[in-house]
Amino acid sequence: MWQGVARFARNRMALFGAAVLGCLLLLVVLTPVIYPDNPFKLAGPALQPPGGRFLLGTDTLGRDVAAEIAYGARTSLLIGVGATLAAIVFGAVLGGIAGYYRGRTETVLMRLTEFFQTIPAFIFALLIVAILSPSVSSEIIAIAAVSWPSIARLVRGEFVALGGREFVQACAGLGASDARIILNHMLPNCASSIIAVGSLLIGTAILLEAGLAFLGLGDPNVMSWGLIISAGRAVLRSAWWICTFPGIAILLTVLGINLIGDGLNEALNPRLRER
Amino acid sequence: MNETVLELEKLTIALPPGADRANAVSDVDLVLRAGKVTCLIGESGSGKSLVARSILGLLPRPHVRVGSGRILFEGQDLAVAPQDRMRAIRGAKIGMIFQEPMTALNPLHTIGRQLDEVLRIHTSLGKAARRARVLELIDSVHLPEPARIIGSFPHQLSGGQRQRAMIAMALLLNPRLLIADEPTTALDVTTQAQILYLIRELQREHGTSVLFITHDFGVVVDIADEVAVLQRGTLVERGTAGAVLGAPTHPYTKALIAAVPKLVPPAARPANMQPIIIEARNITKTYGTRGLFGGRVTLALAGVNMELRRGETLGLVGESGSGKSTLARAITRLLPIDSGQILLGGTDIARLPRHRLRPIRKRVQMVFQDPYASLDPRQRVIDIIAEGPIIHGTPAFRAREEALALLGLVGLDASAAKRFPHEFSGGQRQRIGIARALALHPEVLVADEPVSALDVSVQAQVLALLADIKARLQLSMLFVTHDLRVALQVCDRIAVMKQGEVVEMAPTAEIFFNPQHSYTKALFAAVPGGSWQDRKAS
Repeated sequence: MWQGVARFARNRMALFGAAVLGCLLLLVVLTPVIYPDNPFKLAGPALQPPGGRFLLGTDTLGRDVAAEIAYGARTSLLIGVGATLAAIVFGAVLGGIAGYYRGRTETVLMRLTEFFQTIPAFIFALLIVAILSPSVSSEIIAIAAVSWPSIARLVRGEFVALGGREFVQACAGLGASDARIILNHMLPNCASSIIAVGSLLIGTAILLEAGLAFLGLGDPNVMSWGLIISAGRAVLRSAWWICTFPGIAILLTVLGINLIGDGLNEALNPRLRER
Repeated sequence: MNETVLELEKLTIALPPGADRANAVSDVDLVLRAGKVTCLIGESGSGKSLVARSILGLLPRPHVRVGSGRILFEGQDLAVAPQDRMRAIRGAKIGMIFQEPMTALNPLHTIGRQLDEVLRIHTSLGKAARRARVLELIDSVHLPEPARIIGSFPHQLSGGQRQRAMIAMALLLNPRLLIADEPTTALDVTTQAQILYLIRELQREHGTSVLFITHDFGVVVDIADEVAVLQRGTLVERGTAGAVLGAPTHPYTKALIAAVPKLVPPAARPANMQPIIIEARNITKTYGTRGLFGGRVTLALAGVNMELRRGETLGLVGESGSGKSTLARAITRLLPIDSGQILLGGTDIARLPRHRLRPIRKRVQMVFQDPYASLDPRQRVIDIIAEGPIIHGTPAFRAREEALALLGLVGLDASAAKRFPHEFSGGQRQRIGIARALALHPEVLVADEPVSALDVSVQAQVLALLADIKARLQLSMLFVTHDLRVALQVCDRIAVMKQGEVVEMAPTAEIFFNPQHSYTKALFAAVPGGSWQDRKAS
């Protein structure tokens, strides 16, 4: 594990990604102190340009764009991490069962996974949110529902490979139960792959969330980056700052997370280590 | 005196900082002469393969590189030759054969095309001339039906045939030097004997100089004119084969030769009259793919009968694909069988459902072949050993105490308990595997090639440990091996398997002096260096 951390630390781009994410986390933690007011509250005159009293200007209703972005960061991270965790748990259970038991179970589960993979992700997520009515929890469910197949396929592949290894057979030879073999031996041995792929999923989830909010399918009572852009798009030519700053926030966050994901992948994946 | 083909002068190969030593090999002096086979022998990690790769300029640079010294070939120093010069030499003037021909051949091209390519790159021969030369070479390595072979893909040939094709490829351009890196290690003994004979024959015909890298003294006896012994990067002894093998001077060489199990008749042991503890009755097992489009079925066990008596060691001997590992796994119920009975202490365990197997698991334990794959890399040693008893209901602290005691029993220090498997050598890992199997106090120990992945000196230690433990704990042991020398040394009785059947089963001394089946005789005849050991014994 410590060797993995050391390898990660040698990767400059990954460190940059970690720094960006660190700043974002700091912002989320400090938001209630810096902007104690509700971000939906009117803070001053509408369409104030950046600089002056408002660092990043105000939007069409006179809300502080900087405060909106700070609160939006919390939403993005919450939904990104929440949806990814849900996808990992669900995907790992299905993929694990398929990869461990093989045979007919595997055929059924993997065909199901492929079925989900063939549906265009964003449209499927839109559909789910539209059915469940827009809220943070339905966004998490929708994003998890379109993200789990990649995890399921990964875990299934790892389990199939591990199942043939002698240490797993040795454990079966000791009389261990399936649950013990899966939880104590197989999962820990594919944890690093899951972490690496999962970290990349967070970035995708944040993008999906911004897209949903932009189309008005985000939670109307929760500030989010997609919502700010959606509200500002009508005045894009006269008030560029409303769309630009949340856009930059999305770009930096997703870039940072992807860099971390690549770094973890290289640090933890033995097949890529020698490059 | 034959002329010198290649000379290594104080060759030193540097390893990257942080490796276990500064240089993979240091100050190696070696002279390879035309028409002679020079064997470079050493245990794993001695740096013998890197010497071969450095000659061809194939070191994994930049991490590993020639530090100092010269590699003189036809008046030039290969250590500093530019890459394009090396490309012209590789294949044309220096040929190479690898250990695993499957990875050295391109699976997507036919054998003929791959041989043809070598000629196309290095010569200006026309298409018909190239084909004639390829056929000639295929014929000279005694591959049947050359015309069919050149149209075959590598996976359609057997391991021995692939290695023959590799040898044909290496000799295509009449190289002056042939480097063979463990070319027979992945092959069965009977195939190995044929390949060794072939290399010897071709080398005499063409007057080629051969650098033969191996870890097996038996092979050295069969093929070497000159021998060089490498110990952890230092050349400790070199000389003619007769001198080094007959009267070794360096203590390391002496120890290595002493560690080779002897192909000598074992002392006749009194017949074991104890009750039968485990018995296989007419068991069959097929591997097959039954898919939509039919499928191929391989018969791995074709009605096998065998019995193991209390306190006895039964050897299962055979070549790859003979079904010996399948039988070992069937008896431990790690593989389901198709039909037949497995009697443990008189009760049939072949059809027991999984939940009723648990008490059986306690009585029959297995030691696996590959010490690198059989331990969970994420578990500490103490947890690996204690896992069995914990599964069977022993409180965790008691199981750990017992595991500590077991570490001592298998000759490991108590400080090993808190470490992870990758911190141990192959032999130490095999000891951990043995301790894990013993933790459940089994009556029967099934050992599947427990020493075949280990160096000879380590092999001897692990075999001694197994014998000691077996005697002390009064275990019965089923010992699977492909190595007849090892089987003779440890087994009371030997069962010879071929194509899923036991063709002969008899007490060890009997099978040695009076083998009945023609296959058993062939196996004994193929043991590398057999004649040398006979002489030593008498």
